[in-house]
Amino acid sequence: MSKTPPTPAHKFPREHYLNATYGIRSWLLTTDHKRIALLYLASVTFFFFIGGLFATMIRIHLLTPGGALVTPETYNKLFTMHGVAMIFFFLIPSIPAVLGNFLIPLMIGAKDLAFPKINLLSWYIYVIGGSFVLYSFSTGGLDTGWTFYTPLSSVYSNSAVTPAVIGIFINGFSSILTGLNFIVTIHTMRAPGMTWFRLPLFVWAHYATSLVMILGTPVVAITLLLAGLERMFHLGFFNPAMGGDPILFQHLFWFYSHPAVYIMILPSMGVISEIIPTFARKPIFGYSFIAGSSIAIAVIGFLVWAHHMFVTGESTYAALTFSFLSYLVAIPSAVKVFNWTSTLYKGSISWDTPMIYALGFIGLFLIGGLTGLFLACLGLDIHIHDTYFVVAHFHYIMVGGAVMGYVGALHFWWPKITGRLYPELLSRLAAVILFVGFNLTFFPQFILGYMGMPRRYHTYPPEFQVLNVLSTAGASVLALGYLLPMIYLVWSMRYGKVAGPNPWPATGLEWKTDSPPPTENFHVTPEVTWEPYDYKNRPDLGLGAPPLAPAHGDD
Amino acid sequence: MQSQLPLYPEQASNFAPHVDSLMLFIIAVCLFFAVSVTIAIIIFFFKYHRKEPNAVGIPVHEDSRLEAVWMIFPLILAMVMFSWGAVIYVDYRHMPQDTLDIYVIAKQWMWKAQQPNGLKEINELHIPVGRNVRLVLASEDVIHDFYVPAFRVKMDVVPGHYNTMWFRATKPGRYHFFCSQYCGTNHALMGGWVTVMEPSDYAAWLAGSTGGEANPAAAGEKLFAEKACITCHVANGTGRAPSLNGLYGAQVLLADGSTVAAEDAYIRESILQPNAKIVAGYQPLMPTFQGQLTEEQILALTAYIKSLQSQPVPAKGAGIAPPTGKK
Repeated sequence: MSKTPPTPAHKFPREHYLNATYGIRSWLLTTDHKRIALLYLASVTFFFFIGGLFATMIRIHLLTPGGALVTPETYNKLFTMHGVAMIFFFLIPSIPAVLGNFLIPLMIGAKDLAFPKINLLSWYIYVIGGSFVLYSFSTGGLDTGWTFYTPLSSVYSNSAVTPAVIGIFINGFSSILTGLNFIVTIHTMRAPGMTWFRLPLFVWAHYATSLVMILGTPVVAITLLLAGLERMFHLGFFNPAMGGDPILFQHLFWFYSHPAVYIMILPSMGVISEIIPTFARKPIFGYSFIAGSSIAIAVIGFLVWAHHMFVTGESTYAALTFSFLSYLVAIPSAVKVFNWTSTLYKGSISWDTPMIYALGFIGLFLIGGLTGLFLACLGLDIHIHDTYFVVAHFHYIMVGGAVMGYVGALHFWWPKITGRLYPELLSRLAAVILFVGFNLTFFPQFILGYMGMPRRYHTYPPEFQVLNVLSTAGASVLALGYLLPMIYLVWSMRYGKVAGPNPWPATGLEWKTDSPPPTENFHVTPEVTWEPYDYKNRPDLGLGAPPLAPAHGDD
Repeated sequence: MQSQLPLYPEQASNFAPHVDSLMLFIIAVCLFFAVSVTIAIIIFFFKYHRKEPNAVGIPVHEDSRLEAVWMIFPLILAMVMFSWGAVIYVDYRHMPQDTLDIYVIAKQWMWKAQQPNGLKEINELHIPVGRNVRLVLASEDVIHDFYVPAFRVKMDVVPGHYNTMWFRATKPGRYHFFCSQYCGTNHALMGGWVTVMEPSDYAAWLAGSTGGEANPAAAGEKLFAEKACITCHVANGTGRAPSLNGLYGAQVLLADGSTVAAEDAYIRESILQPNAKIVAGYQPLMPTFQGQLTEEQILALTAYIKSLQSQPVPAKGAGIAPPTGKK
């Protein structure tokens, strides 16, 4: 912090989107994408708290082999509700609905999204869907697993399944509308000069995400509705006793729920593709390959769903096909990691907090992605499927990857959203705590899984205890890593240093306007004349010093 | 019984060493990539740390050859992983000949196993070492999964389907088995022990503990009469339904001209959904027994039909397809 040069003190803008109008109505009836993003921020944080509370109870319970805290019924409800809250109501909307909503119009130089009222509607749909799910949680809970496998969910479970599937069904429309809004906005509302290949990679990632949202979500919505109908009216879609097929449910469910993983991770990859060039102060390496890999992931991601079903008795040929395709989807992910790493080469790398998060993301995503190779492998999956290995793997992707990206993004754009900076040293410390705590929590679970501990067990044989205790210890560190940013980010809204329009400085259009931006985003419509992440030809950024001389000649 | 910190479970089946070698190979490949990338990041992180506040990085232009290298090289390694895994999987899904068949029925929240001589066990499974064992898996209610970590194999137990799995235990001992597909409240309690015995011990165990247990074929024969199957499925082929003598394992000629092997799954389907596959020359008269038989009773009937394998097949009224040239 002390190394930063004495910058001219910035003035907080007199008028901006936060103080343009006052009162509760001005928030609940707003059509400003920035305010809607903050409504989403509040609601996804609420669900993150709920999901986190359940996770805490799970980890405490697993301290002893017999289970330390709750009854088996309650334990099953805890992990189910943890999954439902986190996946459908936190991870899927987190980056797109909060940061995508806030940033896409700013990044492409637009005044708002294409359909501002639909944007508000999608938040209300989310709230209504969320209310149904909260009703389910508070009236009997939910004990089917977040995967809702039939016939357990549709016939045998005694918990509040029906309101939960209705809630998730409703919530699906929120995703679909958001995706639609993004696609139309990106196609039609780019500022003059903002060509497709000048788009920030964050926008490319959201474009790919939106495709998955509008193509996949209808399938899971209708699938869960069918399971609900089977439960309510004793129909026989999936119930074998009535001629249905429980495996059909799994096909339909994973047809969405595998691509849903890409809804969670692609936006996060977009975030990393913004942070790394900004804090290395050079154009991203392989722009077109990173943009193309997002689309490739979204497309191939639709063709790998049955790798969740290698041991259901599906045909050997199907298994071979899906295993092969799952390996293909690994390649575009690898391309991204290699390009991010290469971007650091000959950069001017600062150790600011967003950069720490971005590098932490690469580390955790590497482990998460590479362990996917184990699970895609048919010969290994017959051993590690449905064990803690899977639990560790998807937490590395969805928490290590997606949430690191989300928290990193909050730090990167916090000055833009609130106009103020957070305490730098404390936030770096929090990033390191989060990284260490995460690894302590979830790395032992890989070993547990290979040792043979199945997932969703409220009690386990004593030989698994050491690793479970390690994992719980890590979880307490991890919790600290989440609480710290929540505290100092809120603190900074009032007491933080005034950020100015472009504190890093970064090259995107969103940094060309005030922080916080005015309601109409830009005082004059910007015109883009530069290539993305170009620091050399941007005198407006105020980086006067000549670039370092090339050390060994530029190849 | 104090455990230190073992990294893999005991290797006790034919699959275990292969799965572990494959695991080591993939770990090696992944370590190579993870360590290379991590080292590169750490070096760059310190080497290119910004010293001048206003410094900018040196643009390095993208290089299609480099991109191609880091797409093709990982792809080749991925294909090696895929193929190696496929070899193990195909072996696992392809049932060998001459297996010791054990029927396993899962229900919330217990496992019932039935040895070939009818001996039943609950949450226990005794098998001989060195013999290929095939488990035929059926569920009474929801989806379960039979998983033996020491054998490195598992298979879902899906209601309405028969799934099969096989393995050859290589080391006598007692090994945990678990239900690894979440199945409701006491999912975590739905496990037990596989006891792998020397063949002579296994034979002695089978002989020594059969007291009072009905032979499944005998139980099936009784059911066959009780449920009045016998009134139509007359042994000499003169009934309204085909004789079942010699049926098990044979090819059946269907009304649409196709043939089907009379395996467990076909027999089960014919009992529960008789109209799904009509034998050539017969009317769809048989009522469904869906909901009237437990999985165990279906297995008993199957065992009885299997026991008729060696009975003389009547010249007419058997439904078995005439032998063709190809085998």
